[in-house]
Amino acid sequence: MLSDWLYVGIFLVIATFLPFVAITLAGILGPKKPNRLKSTIYECGIETVGETWVQFRAQYYIFALVFVVFDVETVLLYPWAVAYNQLGLFAVAEAVLFVLILFAALVYAWRKGALRWF
Amino acid sequence: MTIMQIIFLITASVTLFAALMVVSTRKMMHAAMWLILVLFGVTITFALLETRFFAIVQLVIYIGAIAILIIFAVMLTRRSMNADVPQVNRNWWLVMVSSLALFVGLVTVMSVWEGFFVTARTAPPGGENLVQLGTALVDPNGFVLPFEVASLVLLAAMVGAIYVAAERKEK
Repeated sequence: MLSDWLYVGIFLVIATFLPFVAITLAGILGPKKPNRLKSTIYECGIETVGETWVQFRAQYYIFALVFVVFDVETVLLYPWAVAYNQLGLFAVAEAVLFVLILFAALVYAWRKGALRWF
Repeated sequence: MTIMQIIFLITASVTLFAALMVVSTRKMMHAAMWLILVLFGVTITFALLETRFFAIVQLVIYIGAIAILIIFAVMLTRRSMNADVPQVNRNWWLVMVSSLALFVGLVTVMSVWEGFFVTARTAPPGGENLVQLGTALVDPNGFVLPFEVASLVLLAAMVGAIYVAAERKEK
């Protein structure tokens, strides 16, 4: 039904409109008296040392990759969950096998320390 | 022109413009942001075709996961915001001619197929039949083997990625 998407569209328009208006209004109404100290780049009130664009740790990339794997798993399991009432015990066993294989992947990632944040 | 056509034209032109920006912008992080806009345009196109499931999958997988992955990959690279790298080398015209020839060739070959001229069908009202898809996925006469193999492929992808990253850590 396209009317359902209309609500999503209206929500999107409002969601982009509100912060846009808030930031623009603040820009128009706020006083502008810049001096040298105010214009410096700062982070948590402290001036940055060196370049602002630093290389991130490879570990974060692994987190994103593990997330992709389980995201795809969700998409594959979703149609199965919708059709759950029409399915027999065999189909449930198949889905359990599917989840178990990916559980092995999770255990592997865990044991290899890929889930460690620091 | 109906409202649907106007929405489609706006979506299509924004998507194409963003796609051009992805390959032409000099800053990698900006390219990643433009890519998100492209993927969102594709989401709207799916929604216009009334395929709810694909629209949500596009949003969840491509914007929610793949785009984040790409942004993390950009953050891994050094000098991602430096714009002094040349974008074209001297063989650009050769590549342009050969890719144009490939495009023309593909279109010529595909135009023989009768399905090439069929306009895109919209999904039946109420979206796709997800129950049918779910039943087919775990049906022994259907797609149960690809379903389980997909799980193994995901396992292999994760093991491979962790192996590569763990090796990098030792250096």
